Amino acid sequence: MPELPSDRRYTDQHEWAREDERRVTVGITDFAQDQLGDIVFVGLPTAGTEVHAGQPLGEVESTKSVSDIYSPVTGTVVESNADLDANPELVNSDPYGRGWLVILEAAEEGALEGLMSAEDYGRAIEEK
Amino acid sequence: MSGSGDFPTIFELSKPGRRAWSLPEAGPDAPATSIPDEHRRAEPPGLPEVSELDLVRHYTRLSHRNWSIDTGAYPLGSCSMKYNPKVAEEVARLPGWQGLHPLADEELVQGAMQLLGELERALCAATGMAHLTFQPAAGAQGELTGLLIMRAWHARKGDVRKRVIVPDSAHGTNPASVTLAGWQAQEVRSDARGLVDFEALQEVLDDDVAGLMLTNPNTLGLFERDIEKIAQAVHEVGGLLYYDGANFNSIVGKVRPGDMGFDVVHLNLHKTFATPHGGGGPGSGPLAVTEELAPFLPVPVLEWGEDSNRWHWEVDRPDSIGRIHSFYGNFGIDVRAYAYLRSLGPEGLARVAERAVLNANYLKTLIAEAFPTPYPGTCMHEFVATAKGLKKHGVRALDVAKRLIDFGFHPPTIYFPLVVEEALMVEPTETESKETLDALGGALVQIAAEAVSDANLLHGAPTSTPVRRPDEAQAARHLKVRWTPG
Repeated sequence: MPELPSDRRYTDQHEWAREDERRVTVGITDFAQDQLGDIVFVGLPTAGTEVHAGQPLGEVESTKSVSDIYSPVTGTVVESNADLDANPELVNSDPYGRGWLVILEAAEEGALEGLMSAEDYGRAIEEK
Repeated sequence: MSGSGDFPTIFELSKPGRRAWSLPEAGPDAPATSIPDEHRRAEPPGLPEVSELDLVRHYTRLSHRNWSIDTGAYPLGSCSMKYNPKVAEEVARLPGWQGLHPLADEELVQGAMQLLGELERALCAATGMAHLTFQPAAGAQGELTGLLIMRAWHARKGDVRKRVIVPDSAHGTNPASVTLAGWQAQEVRSDARGLVDFEALQEVLDDDVAGLMLTNPNTLGLFERDIEKIAQAVHEVGGLLYYDGANFNSIVGKVRPGDMGFDVVHLNLHKTFATPHGGGGPGSGPLAVTEELAPFLPVPVLEWGEDSNRWHWEVDRPDSIGRIHSFYGNFGIDVRAYAYLRSLGPEGLARVAERAVLNANYLKTLIAEAFPTPYPGTCMHEFVATAKGLKKHGVRALDVAKRLIDFGFHPPTIYFPLVVEEALMVEPTETESKETLDALGGALVQIAAEAVSDANLLHGAPTSTPVRRPDEAQAARHLKVRWTPG
């Protein structure tokens, strides 16, 4: 059973989002990285880019495929994880920590409210 | 695979001063040319220096490690790795074809132009299209050519459109070609049948849609049964229908894209018409269009002059999108396709499609218990099975593919299309015998059993090859394309 921290929310597209006073850190779940396999490239937006909930935010390329990452919230990119340029494998080895993707400034308060809890997400992936 | 153990690279064989060639001394009349200093490199290139015998042995040994359809079965889904009858090679090697100069005057190459004219007529008859160009060098260039023609057609009407619809099961080249043509690719999802979700399609269709690209049968090996309805809906909003001919081999001689409502069609001669493929190329991706789109075809256009009674290259086509390949595409490949067509005839071609579909369904049934297909019903020329059931034993589609090498088969395509988890995409082609299909199916069933009894065997596979599992992730993360000593 993949690890599921309860300090954050989840999407049905297998992203996680953790809020800290409207700053939302986004990454992909342990389940997602396991499905994708060895990640070899991560394409992320630059700071200042506006993103919309449910719309592509960037992409992850593994030895198997290229997949879109969907933004869990609407907002503006504050920072992208520069470490991933040289070490995309961080997404595999530490998806909830050093493998984070972007930090967003959410357009509205309570942006994560519509997303799944760790429990709900855990049930959703169990059915897969 | 033959040959065991590793052997040195050509660079490691190098000894200073050794040569695989010798040139005579320059005579007194030889022009004294020298390369200007600014064009000379600062240091000599690190080229290997070996004798002719070392050179021949090195590459012959390497070639023994190649896998090809002439070595064994190659069920690489989506790629149609079928046998190329040797008669087509014989024909292409006739001195009259082989010695053709691409700059020869028209009156000296009337025979070659006649062959292209006849092949164009035959392929137009097979696709239900009006005209065709042989310029595109392969399928993806055919796609771009077709999209540029669609763009020119819309532009002619003063109609600026933004999007082209592509199903989620499409080949990756489709959205790439759309982007290259200056449009935006919009994905439409598949439904529970594995076909285009018609309701989802209707939701995205509007007068900003330039067209729809569709592979039929699609990459799941399923025939898009709603095609007439889809064509009507796309045409109703003023869009055009593009047929990706990658899977034409399963319907050739049976049903024509033109009759399904398609406006633009590319063919992969290196798939359906059995010309060399995958490293043995070059390819040929002719593009066929309706009468209405013909004025936009790339120049030069091959034309028969009723008055002059000869073939000529027509370049005076003001609406043409221009030239997209030097000369007229890869002519030698077209000769092979012509020979293949003429040796089979229309009935033979229809049997090709029948046998391809029969073989795929037979193999699909053989392995259904070990590797089920997520979509119901019979398939066309290929099928996509899932290795999802082996995940609980820690075994992935990749491990199954690698283990199959030990049984003397090329692995199927894996992890494509993306809509199937742990996908194994299998295309046996029409040229394999029942015995080969039985052996391939048996190997896959045995591998599924091994996954339960000895997963480690699969994780370590292949065990029979000189190179076992290259580190694909490392190779992609730290790409090295230049050899350096040490």
